[in-house]
Amino acid sequence: MLQIEVKNIFKSFKDVRAVQGISFAIPSGQFVALLGPNGAGKTTTVEMMEGLKTPDHGEILIQGKTWQKHEKELRKIIGLSLQETRFSEKLTIRETLRLFASFFELGDKRVSEVIALTGLENKEKSLVGALSGGQRQRLALAVSLLNRPQILFLDEPTTGLDPHSRLDLWNILNELKQQGETTLILTTHYMEEAESLCDHIIIIDEGKILKEGKLEDLLDENSRNLDELFIHLTGKTLMETDEIVQK
Amino acid sequence: MKSFKNKQLYQLTLTQILETVREPEVLFWGIVFPVLISIGLGFAFTQNSISKFNVVMTQENPIVLDSLLSVFASPENENLVWKISDKTLGDTELRFSYSDWKSGIVALKRGEADLIVGDSAGVIRYHFDPHNSQSQLAYLKLSGLIQSPASSTQSDTAIVPLTLKGVRYIDFLIPGLIAMGIMSSILWGISYTLIERRSQKLLRRMVATPMKKSYFIFAMMMVRIAMNFIEAIIIFLAALLLFGVEIQGNIAALIVLFLAGNIAFTGIAVLVSSRTAKTEVGTGWINAVQMPMMILSGIFFSYHNFPAWSIPVIKLLPLTALTDGMRSIFNEGAGWLEILAPSTALSVFGILCFWLGIKCFKWY
Repeated sequence: MLQIEVKNIFKSFKDVRAVQGISFAIPSGQFVALLGPNGAGKTTTVEMMEGLKTPDHGEILIQGKTWQKHEKELRKIIGLSLQETRFSEKLTIRETLRLFASFFELGDKRVSEVIALTGLENKEKSLVGALSGGQRQRLALAVSLLNRPQILFLDEPTTGLDPHSRLDLWNILNELKQQGETTLILTTHYMEEAESLCDHIIIIDEGKILKEGKLEDLLDENSRNLDELFIHLTGKTLMETDEIVQK
Repeated sequence: MKSFKNKQLYQLTLTQILETVREPEVLFWGIVFPVLISIGLGFAFTQNSISKFNVVMTQENPIVLDSLLSVFASPENENLVWKISDKTLGDTELRFSYSDWKSGIVALKRGEADLIVGDSAGVIRYHFDPHNSQSQLAYLKLSGLIQSPASSTQSDTAIVPLTLKGVRYIDFLIPGLIAMGIMSSILWGISYTLIERRSQKLLRRMVATPMKKSYFIFAMMMVRIAMNFIEAIIIFLAALLLFGVEIQGNIAALIVLFLAGNIAFTGIAVLVSSRTAKTEVGTGWINAVQMPMMILSGIFFSYHNFPAWSIPVIKLLPLTALTDGMRSIFNEGAGWLEILAPSTALSVFGILCFWLGIKCFKWY
């Protein structure tokens, strides 16, 4: 069964054409990476899939349903982590999770489960304001996992994290992958992230899909990794600026 | 030699200017709005530098005053107006009206009168709260005129301090402060919080769940009402213990009016914060709504000092309706009948603003 169908979507902001005719389909349980440099249109695409933005043209179906008619229903089955969300700094990790759990009518038991799943047991009483960048990202992931989502959207979940925190997050996502109950759509500009986590990779630049497929199908003698493939396709690298912020 | 353009201070200053200029809304609320307010207030308070005082004359036997007023005052509407020109101290206008004692006291409680003057057996008696500076000034001006050689009238005078509960300046002030507290707490507590959460993209994250949007606003409102209730109780208890301020009217009616005030300002708060994601712009909007009401609605001094044409407009302001209603319950013993109109008006106004605010509310 197809979890997501994106059919020829377009989106512009004033005179910027962010997405220009993107189409793809994602089956159940697949881990998909939208890979591209900053400004490629990944976030706009994923926000349209999340029902937070409406395409100017085209259609998006989640489990065969549109956001316009089934928003209430679809909100219950998806989980998401947005770029740049700042949770209230005056709440603890547990309080934040309890708040979001209440939106899904879930109790403290599930809160404890996601705290354990994301390795935040030692920090659950810490105020969000006192967390490091990696811990905040883990909290964002914990929030997105609360409702055991059938479809999980993660928008640049490891951007700005140090390598250790990034690896921690990958391990959590790999565990999720092994359970096989979740479809993941992840945007990233880290080649290794797409390679190590995802079954299917969609390479995007300037609002268009350049190439898509399984990692082994995308690579050949001329393109031994995704970065080389991207250079081959566009003449530029995936990460022109890759900042690693350690807090 | 290094160009000054490469200096830190120059670049820091330049970028600060560019950031400000390139944000027209911030520019408006940060510079244009305060200038407009200053000009507006400047005109309002300096165009006619006339000090106005309202004096109620009780119908005891006002022979001395009557004889003076017949010479110096001229009738205007139902009042007698005595205008005194003084290039150094500014012009003064004393507005006299006849009334019985009870109505005079009510006028004093409402801030419509500054002084009650009685004339008994040739002794002029001035009744006012000695702690009210406006009343003190009215007394000094009027007694000075009566005793001046120009008036050719010399008379014995007596000050009768009015310390009746509900008449003192503190009785006037406390309900106004409670009403102002409700307005400030809701505008800053709800509007600012909503704008800040929008700017942090937290609103966007929350509505990406099955959260009921109405619950979110309702929860904020409930917390503010509870906080306002506690704040009002503390102010009242302090006023009761320190100054003996009492609620003379119906307490249940006061609670209903209090809730109506909260509804009105919650509606305004939601409307004010419905679009912007910039806290600087939000601060500007909040000040634009709050500041005129703080000045005009008679919190610290009676709005009857403003020009007559402006009074009907001032009475339409939500803070005026709330303050007047609360004062009538605190000081005049008002009940359900008196607060029916202001409570209904405040609630309807609040619901309308809320509806409009939600209609154009930007969650993300």
